[in-house]
Amino acid sequence: MDFQLTEDQRALRKGVRELLAGRFGRDELRALADAPEEPRLDRQLWRELGEAGFFALRLPESEGGVGLGLPEAVLAFEEAGRALLPGPLVATHLAAGEIEGAATGATVVTAVDSSGLLPWLAASDVVRGDFAGAVPVRSVDPLTPLHRTPAAPPDPDPVAVLLTAAEQLGSAARSCETAVAYARERTQFGQPIGAFQAVKHLCAQLLVRTELARAAVYAAAVTAVPAEIRAAALLADEAAVRGARDCLQVHGGMGFTWEADVHLHLKRAWLRAGLGPSAGAVEEEWAAAL
Amino acid sequence: MDLTCTEEEEEFRAGLRSWLADALPQLPPRPDPTDWPGRRAYDLGWQRRLYDAGYAGLHWPVDAGGRGATPTQHLIYLEETERAGAPYVGANFVGLLHAGPTIAAEGTPEQRARWLPPILRGDEVWCQGFSEPDAGSDLASLRTRAVRDGDHYIVSGSKIWTSHAEVADWCELLVRTSPVTEDVPKHRGISWLAMPMDAPGVTVRPLRTLAGSTEFAEMFLDEVRVPVGNRVGDENDGWRVTMVTLSFERGTAFVGEVVACRRTLAALAAEARRCGRWDDPVLRRRLGRLNVEFHALWRLTQWNVSEAQRTGGVPGTGGSVFKLRYSHARQELYDTAAEVLGAGALDLDQEWVLDRLSSLSYTIAAGTSQIQQNIVAERILGLPKGR
Repeated sequence: MDFQLTEDQRALRKGVRELLAGRFGRDELRALADAPEEPRLDRQLWRELGEAGFFALRLPESEGGVGLGLPEAVLAFEEAGRALLPGPLVATHLAAGEIEGAATGATVVTAVDSSGLLPWLAASDVVRGDFAGAVPVRSVDPLTPLHRTPAAPPDPDPVAVLLTAAEQLGSAARSCETAVAYARERTQFGQPIGAFQAVKHLCAQLLVRTELARAAVYAAAVTAVPAEIRAAALLADEAAVRGARDCLQVHGGMGFTWEADVHLHLKRAWLRAGLGPSAGAVEEEWAAAL
Repeated sequence: MDLTCTEEEEEFRAGLRSWLADALPQLPPRPDPTDWPGRRAYDLGWQRRLYDAGYAGLHWPVDAGGRGATPTQHLIYLEETERAGAPYVGANFVGLLHAGPTIAAEGTPEQRARWLPPILRGDEVWCQGFSEPDAGSDLASLRTRAVRDGDHYIVSGSKIWTSHAEVADWCELLVRTSPVTEDVPKHRGISWLAMPMDAPGVTVRPLRTLAGSTEFAEMFLDEVRVPVGNRVGDENDGWRVTMVTLSFERGTAFVGEVVACRRTLAALAAEARRCGRWDDPVLRRRLGRLNVEFHALWRLTQWNVSEAQRTGGVPGTGGSVFKLRYSHARQELYDTAAEVLGAGALDLDQEWVLDRLSSLSYTIAAGTSQIQQNIVAERILGLPKGR
C-alpha cells in the first residue's frame, strides 16, 4: 500500500497550478467578478487548457489523449477549484473523445445536471441533455451563468460527481490558506488575530475538514466505486461550503464585501454542492449499505 | 496512489490470520474488568504468545528486539487482530508504545538490555507518570522534584491519570531536575527516569472514572530513591527524550478502534432494524452519515500510514487532524447508539451504554481537542503562538 501522490502526480499538480496561476490569477478573476455584464468564457484560455491536456487527460494516447487516469484528473480539477476557474470544465472533460473538438478545447461543451441546472448555456457550442424550455436564472454565483430546465434530470454521472468533488476540495484548501494568511496579517488588540484561540480553532477545523475530504476524494479516484465517490462528494461539499463560511468569518467585515474573494468561493461551493446528489440521498444510500 | 497491498503485505496478513485462528481459541477466559491482577496476567499472557510467535514489538527496530515492520504491516496487524477479536494491548500499552520505544531510541546498551526484553516477552508492565494535578495540558510546568544524593535521585511529588499503576513494575517518570528561572524555560529542566513501582515512598490511590471503574490512579511520591543509572538521556533533557518517541505512533494509533467502530455501527443498524427505529429517517440518515464518516477516517488512516512509511516514521502532522475528527465521531457514534436504544440508553447493563460513558474521555485524553486545535493551528498552519 502506498496511498500518497507519486512523483509524476506531484509534477502534474504543480504544472496545472503554475499554468492556472499564470493564466487565471487574481487580476483575471477580479476582472470577471467586477464586470457589469454576464461573464464571458475566455476561449483562448480554453484552448490553452486543451493544449495542456486538461480535457484529453484520460483519453488513450492512441486517440490523441494523455492516457492518464481518474487520480490525475482529480488532481487537475482540484487545481481548477483552487483557482476558481470558471466554465463548464467537467462537461467538456467528459465529452473529450465523444464530441469533436472537446479534447482540444476548441469546442465548449455544457450539460444539464442531475439537478436540472444548466451552466454556461450561451457560451457553449454543444449542450448535452434535454434543455428544451430552459429559462435563465439570476445566478447566485457571479462567475457562472445558469439556466433551469423543466425536463426530468438524468442520473448523476459518477465521474462528473468525482471531478466536481475535486474542485470542491481545491476550493476548501484555498479557503483554508486564505483564512490563515489573513489571520496572520490582520492585527487587533496589538496582536495578529491568528494568535487568538477562537480564530485558531476555526482555522484548525478548516484544515481537518479539508484533509478528511482529501483522503476520501483521492481514495474514490483510485477505487472509482460510485458509492465511495458520492460519499467523498458529501465530505468535499461540506469542506468547501463550511470552509468558505469560516474563511468569511475570519475576515470579519472584509469578508462581507464584494471586494474580498471569499464570497466567490462560497457561492461557487454552493453551486457545485447544488449539482450532483443531495446529502440526504447519500446518507440514505450509506445507511442502506449497513 | 495505491490502495492495494503488495504480495509481501498479503503474505504477512495471511500468516497472521492463520496464527490468530489457531491461537485465539487457546486463550483463557477474559478476566472481570475489576480484577486488576487478573487483567495483568491475561494481558501479559497474550504478550507472551505474541512473543513466542514472533509478533512482539512488530513496529520496534530490529536492533531493539523488534521486527522492524513497516507502518503498513503494523496497520495490517492492528486491523487483523481487531477483526479476529484478539485481546487489546491492555497493560502492555505504555511499555510497547512509549517507554520501550523511548529506551530503544535514547537508552544506553545496558538500559536497553535491562528493560526491553521483559517488555517484549510480557514479563514486566510499565505505567506513565507524566501528568500532575497542576500540569495537564501544560505538561512542561510539572513540579515533581528530583534532587541528586550521590548516585541516587530523591523524588517527591504527585502524578495523576496513571493507567495500570496498581499492577505496574516500572513507571516512566518525568521529573524536574532543574528549577524554572528567567533564563531556563520550563521544558529544559526535566529528566526522564525509570522508577521501580515497589520502591519505598510510592503510594498509589486508584481514581474512579465516571463509568464507575478504576482505570487510572493518582500516585504520591515521598522521597523515593531512584538510581541515577535509571535516567534515560541526559539530565534536564527529558522533554526532548519524551517527544522523540511520539513518532512511534506512525499514523496507526487508532487503527483497531476505527475497525471496531465500523463493526459497532453495523450492529447499531441491525438493532435499529430489529426494534423498528429504522423507520425514523432522521436516525437512518445519522447512521448513514456515520458510515460515510468512518469510511473516510479509514481512508485518512491509510493516507497517514503511507505518509509515515515514506518519511520513515517522522511524526506526521496528520495525527492531530485525525484525532480531532475521530474523537468527535466516536462520541457521535455512541450518542447515536443511545438514540437506537431509546429508554435502554439509561440501563448500564445494555450494550453500548458503558462505551458511551467511556467515549467521553476521547476529546480529553492524550491532548484535549482544544489543545489539538492549537497544535494544528500553530505547527501545521503556522499561526502565531499566543492566547
